[in-house]
Amino acid sequence: MTDRADIRTLVQARLAQRYRAEGRFRIFGILAIVAAISVLALLIFSIASQSLSAFRVNELTLSVTLDADRIDPLGDRSEASLRRGAYNGLIQDALRAEFPSVENRGDLRKLFSLYTPLNSARLQNRVLSNPSLIGQTIDFTFPISDDADRYLQGLTTTSHEIIPGDAATITGRTGDIRITADSDVFSPIVTDIRATLIERAGELENRAGRYEARAAATASVEAAEGLTREAAQARSEAADIRTLAANTAASVNMSPDLPSRLVRINGGVVQIDRISNGGRIAEGRVLVTLDHTNASDDWTIWTLDTPQSARRILDAQIVWAETLRERGRVVERFNTYLFTNADSREPELAGVLGAIIGTALTMLVTMLLAVPVGVATAVYLEEFAPKNRLTGFIEVNINNLAAVPSIVFGLLGLAVFISLFGMPRSAPLVGGMVLALMTLPTVIITSRAALKAVPPSIREAALGVGASRLQTVIHHVLPLAAPGILTGSIIGLAQAMGETAPLLMIGMVAFVADAPSLSVGGLTEPATVMPVQIFLWSDGAERAFEPRTAPAILILLALMIGFNAVAVFLRRRFERRW
Amino acid sequence: MADSENRTSTVYHDAAKNLAAKITLDGVDVFYGQKQAVHSVAMQIPDRSVTAFIGPSGCGKSTILRTINRMNETIDIARTSGSIQIDGEEINSKAVDPVLLRARVGMVFQKPNPFPKSIFDNVAYGPRIHGLATSKTELADIVETSLRKAGLWDEVADRLDQPGNGLSGGQQQRLVIARAIAVSPEVILMDEPCSALDPIATAKIEELIDELRENYCIVIVTHSMAQAARVSQMTAFFHMGDLVEYGPTEDIFTNPHQSRTQDYITGRFG
Repeated sequence: MTDRADIRTLVQARLAQRYRAEGRFRIFGILAIVAAISVLALLIFSIASQSLSAFRVNELTLSVTLDADRIDPLGDRSEASLRRGAYNGLIQDALRAEFPSVENRGDLRKLFSLYTPLNSARLQNRVLSNPSLIGQTIDFTFPISDDADRYLQGLTTTSHEIIPGDAATITGRTGDIRITADSDVFSPIVTDIRATLIERAGELENRAGRYEARAAATASVEAAEGLTREAAQARSEAADIRTLAANTAASVNMSPDLPSRLVRINGGVVQIDRISNGGRIAEGRVLVTLDHTNASDDWTIWTLDTPQSARRILDAQIVWAETLRERGRVVERFNTYLFTNADSREPELAGVLGAIIGTALTMLVTMLLAVPVGVATAVYLEEFAPKNRLTGFIEVNINNLAAVPSIVFGLLGLAVFISLFGMPRSAPLVGGMVLALMTLPTVIITSRAALKAVPPSIREAALGVGASRLQTVIHHVLPLAAPGILTGSIIGLAQAMGETAPLLMIGMVAFVADAPSLSVGGLTEPATVMPVQIFLWSDGAERAFEPRTAPAILILLALMIGFNAVAVFLRRRFERRW
Repeated sequence: MADSENRTSTVYHDAAKNLAAKITLDGVDVFYGQKQAVHSVAMQIPDRSVTAFIGPSGCGKSTILRTINRMNETIDIARTSGSIQIDGEEINSKAVDPVLLRARVGMVFQKPNPFPKSIFDNVAYGPRIHGLATSKTELADIVETSLRKAGLWDEVADRLDQPGNGLSGGQQQRLVIARAIAVSPEVILMDEPCSALDPIATAKIEELIDELRENYCIVIVTHSMAQAARVSQMTAFFHMGDLVEYGPTEDIFTNPHQSRTQDYITGRFG
């Protein structure tokens, strides 16, 4: 037998090991928590930083003259007549008034694409709601096009301006003009362009080299021929570019592939098309009319670093947008359209209101179906049902149901609710029913767990003073289980709120430009929900839709947090009563 | 059961035979699934007195107690057969509503189990669900009387709206007794009511039981033979599901007829 001293040394020997194991366990735990928190912080930070641009919008304010002849063609101020008015024409006129020198059709089209014609509907609504405005000149504020908005927010291109300081003469106020500087102030541009050209030629030659190497390596004659042809083409292009770059004497033409150069002079803007005479003369087109043609030494060369061909907004549109901003016509504000509008084809008018209402209606249906049915099922199974093979079978299947992929519920909804029962597609009612089916098992399982956790002594106490089983459950067991039931239900509903897949199956993925009405009738109107809206936007063709996903996610998160906060609040209140 | 033939028949002391019975058990068997927990128990329990059930753990004394208000029914697998009568009326039958029965037979459990409600609501719950009070003042009267009877009134009169589980263990148990007597039962069953309490609280409960005896038929299960000796007038000794011996407490403790009873009360097993 080991004596006392031996036992002590034995314990001592293992003691350090035991403490080390505990220490390791703690470190792993802390590491796991740190990792989780940092991932969460990263997520929130990345979404928040991405959503900044979408929370701001540049709005254009124009003085629109509501000419009675044009918006009231029948002249009787009736709604039918006012609906036929040419509102877009009025906005176009107001915009033309800002840039009178823009005349040819191509330029006008570019100018008018600074906003979406959908805004004319907003102007129409304003007139319809207040016909006394007819004949007046009003300030009409609407969002500028998303491309211009992205430029104005500095997301499209970097730009810089230099002040040459030399005097320059100009040959006209509008149209194609020539700017002659006293010295070769434009030569850095030429040098820049040459460098760009040479770099591009080098890239082409490299590519040709790769093609040739592959042609040499390939066994197939046809493939080799094709590659050789490609290589030769690249080489000849490169040679052309090099000749262009080497031509020092002649003039240099600008191209959409090169950074754009503009000149601001005498209150106007000129787009440079060609630089000649060793960098002294720039020829170009006036985009914004100059005030006068006097020689000036207060002018700047303005460079847009991203070439026109690599962005969605033209130089002319940038200049106009920038000019409107300088005139105070365009102001960056908080983007309220995001909250007050439903989805739109135009990103600048698209908002989440429709999706929020759709989510609210869908969740209402889900809650009204899943929570009472789920809790009642749980109460029955836990408190009343005999424990036999049938209830055991039901229990196992409820647990299985919780593990069914959500899209299967979508299929079920499509097959049963829509095809069999003929319920409307894309409707919050059907969406809510499908999500309720999905949520039911969660509600049942968590509610049963909560009911199980109520101490049996409470049931005995109630039964002991002669309460019936139902009274025992309703007066004592349910209130005690309520916090747990509430938590489970909220978890289930929050899960349903973030669900996309089953709703795709029942057509809630449709483009819905009108928010459903927040009423019983709205339950059968086409709608979409927040996660589906995010999915749609992330998939959208327009670039500006994508940044809108980030604020939409933030709004969805805020809704969820609000939801959970309500749950916590209710739980606290329930608990405080006991 | 295979060993049922070997079972000894119950020894009744003279005073336990043909008394004026409030409760009469006859041939009561209780099964938990396949297992028989109580074997053919027959006894008569007098009114306005305290009857103690004693015996080692698992002897079936709590089970037999719970047949008297049919609380065993809440256990799915439990099954009771035999005759149980209160005032000559058979209660172990489908015809008798257990809810009605439990209004007549109150119960106090081992661990104090007040509802997580105010002290007032705890006591008022029974009268409320049975509709015993027609007005608020009447309800308040019932609550006060019950709390007074339970000897708790002086301690809680000024904080009736505070939660019942904020009281001490002994106070909680008296609150539970007040809750049981609020519905004016004829019988009060107590399942080891003092086993979770300290000696001072125990003494108070025992004192209370002694007072309640004047108005109620009390049946108490206890592990403490000293307690049985102190509070009860009749004592029944159970062992292995059998009622071994039943008689006046004094006789049982001073002059047990059965050797098993003797062994148990002298502490030789149990």
